[in-house]
Amino acid sequence: MALFLEILSWGLLIIGSMMLIIGGIGMVRLPDVFSRMHGAGIIDTMGACTILLGLTFQAGLSIVTLKLVLIVVFIVFTSPTATHALARAALHGGARPQLDEPVEDDPASQGEASSKT
Amino acid sequence: MASVIRAKARFLPLGGGWSLLHALSLGLVLFCLWLLLSGFFVTLLLSLGVVSVAFVVWIAHRMDVIDHEGHPTHLTIRALLYWPWLIVEIIKANINVAGAIVRRRMSVNPSVIEVKATQETELGQVIYANSITLTPGTVTIDIDKDIIIVHALTLKAAEDLESGDMDRRVTALEAHPPAEELPPPLPPGGQTK
Repeated sequence: MALFLEILSWGLLIIGSMMLIIGGIGMVRLPDVFSRMHGAGIIDTMGACTILLGLTFQAGLSIVTLKLVLIVVFIVFTSPTATHALARAALHGGARPQLDEPVEDDPASQGEASSKT
Repeated sequence: MASVIRAKARFLPLGGGWSLLHALSLGLVLFCLWLLLSGFFVTLLLSLGVVSVAFVVWIAHRMDVIDHEGHPTHLTIRALLYWPWLIVEIIKANINVAGAIVRRRMSVNPSVIEVKATQETELGQVIYANSITLTPGTVTIDIDKDIIIVHALTLKAAEDLESGDMDRRVTALEAHPPAEELPPPLPPGGQTK
């Protein structure tokens, strides 16, 4: 049973870490500010929550577990608001989403996107 | 513009109704939170906790923020049914977006789509908009009456949202009280400040 919990916990921690790395890669690779927000979205939701869930299995059944669960709840309730505030601020600041172009790695469009923000 | 006017009429505040139930529920939640964060079960500390919880509830009452929106007790049971579905959707969307990001040639098609929010209360719309944002691949940019403007990263994310499944579930989640059962408008207690 203890072994099972360890495997579950470490599995979750590894999945969470992978999600954090993928989210970070997304924040660099994606073309404009609005798309990059989706990369950050991966970090907030699955990255943070899976790591915290993995940590609850490490902590066992104690008050620390409940505190970790509370952190998850607060992240889940606050992060959409923060993301939405960021999106609105970007829109009001004059950034326009790049639409439906094939995604490219050419520096010209990336420079354009970052200069708009 | 008749639709806009109708939409506006629907969003008149449902009375800033202060109810004992919401206050009690807020107090209970705060006290549980206090217990969890302290972890001490000594009489002195417990009574200090009770005093501070009562103080906070009193302040919240004076600020007139204890209402069905800030503390939606009426949604509890249905929310517990909605969350597991939302978690599954979030996991699926995460895998989809993560897959799109790690491809050698990223398969992203950023688009801005408009979806209609069929919720009848502002609280329902907030839940819907937050659920959209919480799902990776879609971010709520703006809301105009009952049209939510969404930035979608991949085609699949846009299609999933346009299928309207989430909208239907959130509409089912909010229990819209029939018009005649609305809480009465502003009791005198709400006007102390």
